[in-house]
Amino acid sequence: MTESTIKPPKKNLGPVKWMRTHLFSSWYNTLLTLVVGYLLVTSVGPLVSWVFLDATFQGSGPGDCVGEGACWLFVNQRLNFFIYGFYPDELQWRVDIMFALLALAFVPQFIEGFPGRKWLGIFGMTGLPIIGYVLIPGGILGLEEVESSKWGGLMLTLILAYIGILASLPIGILLAIGRRSDMPIIRGLCVVFIEVWRAVPLITVLFMASVMLPLFLPEGISFEKLVRALIGITLWQSAYMAEVIRGGLQAIPRGQYEAAGALGLGYWRKMGLVILPQALKLVIPGIVNTFISLFKDTTLVLIIGLFDILGAVQSTIADPAWQNVAIEGYVFVAFCFWVFCFGISRYSQNLERKLDTGHKT
Amino acid sequence: MTQQFESAETQAEKKPGIIRVEGMHKWYGDFHVLKDLNLAVDQGERIVICGPSGSGKSTFIRCINRLEEHQQGKIIVDDVELTDDVRHIDSVRREVGMVFQHFNLFPHLTVLENCCLSPIWVRKLPRREAEAAAMEYLERVKIPDQATKYPGQLSGGQQQRVAIARALCMKPKIMLFDEPTSALDPEMIKEVLDVMIELAGSGMTMICVTHEMGFAKTVADRVIFMDAGEIVEEAPPTEFFSNPKEPRTQKFLQQILQH
Repeated sequence: MTESTIKPPKKNLGPVKWMRTHLFSSWYNTLLTLVVGYLLVTSVGPLVSWVFLDATFQGSGPGDCVGEGACWLFVNQRLNFFIYGFYPDELQWRVDIMFALLALAFVPQFIEGFPGRKWLGIFGMTGLPIIGYVLIPGGILGLEEVESSKWGGLMLTLILAYIGILASLPIGILLAIGRRSDMPIIRGLCVVFIEVWRAVPLITVLFMASVMLPLFLPEGISFEKLVRALIGITLWQSAYMAEVIRGGLQAIPRGQYEAAGALGLGYWRKMGLVILPQALKLVIPGIVNTFISLFKDTTLVLIIGLFDILGAVQSTIADPAWQNVAIEGYVFVAFCFWVFCFGISRYSQNLERKLDTGHKT
Repeated sequence: MTQQFESAETQAEKKPGIIRVEGMHKWYGDFHVLKDLNLAVDQGERIVICGPSGSGKSTFIRCINRLEEHQQGKIIVDDVELTDDVRHIDSVRREVGMVFQHFNLFPHLTVLENCCLSPIWVRKLPRREAEAAAMEYLERVKIPDQATKYPGQLSGGQQQRVAIARALCMKPKIMLFDEPTSALDPEMIKEVLDVMIELAGSGMTMICVTHEMGFAKTVADRVIFMDAGEIVEEAPPTEFFSNPKEPRTQKFLQQILQH
C-alpha cells in the first residue's frame, strides 16, 4: 500500500445478476415484477397496434379509415388547418420562414459546441420577434396584409406563448425588484399589481380583455382581439413571474449586496451585474415551470373565439364528414404540446448545467 | 513588483485626517450600539480595532463606507461627509475598499471577472486595461494561476486573497478589513495575514478589525480597544500590549493572551 492506487470496488453487474438483485430479490418483489410486466405487455401491445400497426396514414378521404387502428389520415389531411388556421395558402411561406428561424435559433441550443449558438439564442429573443412582427401580419414592405382573425392553429399558439413568455420575463423582473424596493410608493404599486393579477383566473382576464375592455376604451380606439388577449396574458403571467423571481432575490445573501455596494456599484449595476444573474439562475426551474404552464394555458383563448391549435382541432372534429376522430385529434394536440413543453424543459436543464459554477453548498 | 507599488504609493502626499469621525452615535432601534466615537486617521496609518464580540467594532468600520447608517455625529472620508446623499456615498465607496469576514466574492463570476467588474463599470476602464491591472494584483496576492476559476473552486484562504485583490483593483485610498481571518481554517490564516502585512508595508491606509494580536503588534500604528460601543483605549501597540491602562483592556488582553 505504498501508493494510493486502490480502485473503488466495481459496481457493474451482469444483466442476469442485475435482474436477480433488482427484480427478483424476494418472493414479493418477484410477484410485483410479474404483475407489472403483465400489465405492461397487455397495455402496450394494443396501444402500439392502435397507434402504428392498424392505423391508417394515407388515403383520399374519410372513407379510407376502415381499420381498427387510429385514423391519422384525418390529421394528415387537415394538417394545414391545424398549423396555419385560416392563413391564406399562398402566403404560408411567411409563416414557414418564421418556423425555420425559430428552429434555427433554438435547435442549436441543444447541440454542445454548435458554432455561434449563443448569438443564435440572442437572435431568437430579439431579431426573431421583430421579423415576425413584419412578416406575419404583412401590410408593409409590399407584403399583402393578413388580418389576425385569420391566424390560427399551432402558429397562433406559438405566437401567444412566445410573446407572452418573452414579454412577461422583463416585466416580472421589474415587478420583483419593485416589490423589494425601499421606496414605499413603488413597492406599494408593485404589490397591488401582483396581488390583483395573480388573484384572477386567466380565463377571466381573457374574457375581460375581449368583452369588457372595448366598453371602457374611448370611442374610436380599439385594439385587435389578439392584441388584447396578448396584453392580458402578458400582464397576468408577469405577476406570476415576479413572485418566482422574488423567491430568487430573497435567496441571495446580504453579503452580496454589501460587497457590490462596497465596490462602488450603484443600485442598477448592483442588481444587473451581481444580484439578478445569481437570482435568475437559482429560479430557472421555477421560471421554466411558469413558461410551460403558460404555454398550455394559451389554449384558453378558445373562450374568446381565437382558434389556437386545440380550437382548430376541436372545430374540425365536429365536421360530419369525419366520424369518431376525436381521440386522434386530441392525441395529436397532446403530442404537439408535449414536444414543445419537453423541449423547453430540456433546454432549461441544459442552461442550468451550463451556468453551474460549482458554488452550491 | 512590491517595489513598484511602494514607490507609487509613498510618493502620494500624506494627508492628515483622511478619515475623521466626530461624536458619532448609532442606534439599532432603541439599542445604542455606538456611543460618541471620535477618531482621526491620517493617510498611511494602520489602525487595528479589537474588542470582545458585540462591542460594535464591525458596525463601526461598516459605518465608514456607509454599509450602516449613523444617526448622530459626523463621518468625513477624504473630505466628503457621509450623509443620505447617494452621490456622496458612491464617491466614498469608490475610494474605500472593503474585505469581509465571509469574503463575499461573486460566485457567478470568475476570479478575474470579480476583480474587473467594478473597474470596468465604475471606473470605466477598458476591459483589457482592467484585466491587466487585475492580473498584477492577483500576482501580488500570489494567485495569478487561479484567475479563470470560479470562487467555489478555491479554498477559503485563496478566496480571501481574491477578495483583497478585488478591493485593490479599484485603487482605493483606504482599505477596511472586517475580521478577514475569522472564517478561515488555521493553516490559511497566515497566507492572508502575509498579504495584509505586505499591503501595510506599501503605505496603504488600513483599518482592520481583527483578533490577530500578532498582526496588530507587527503592523499597527495604533490599536483601538472597543467595548460596549465605546472606544475604551487607544495606544501604539507596544504600549497597548505591555502597559494597558484601562481595567477592561487588561481583562480582555488576559483572556485572549492566556492560552
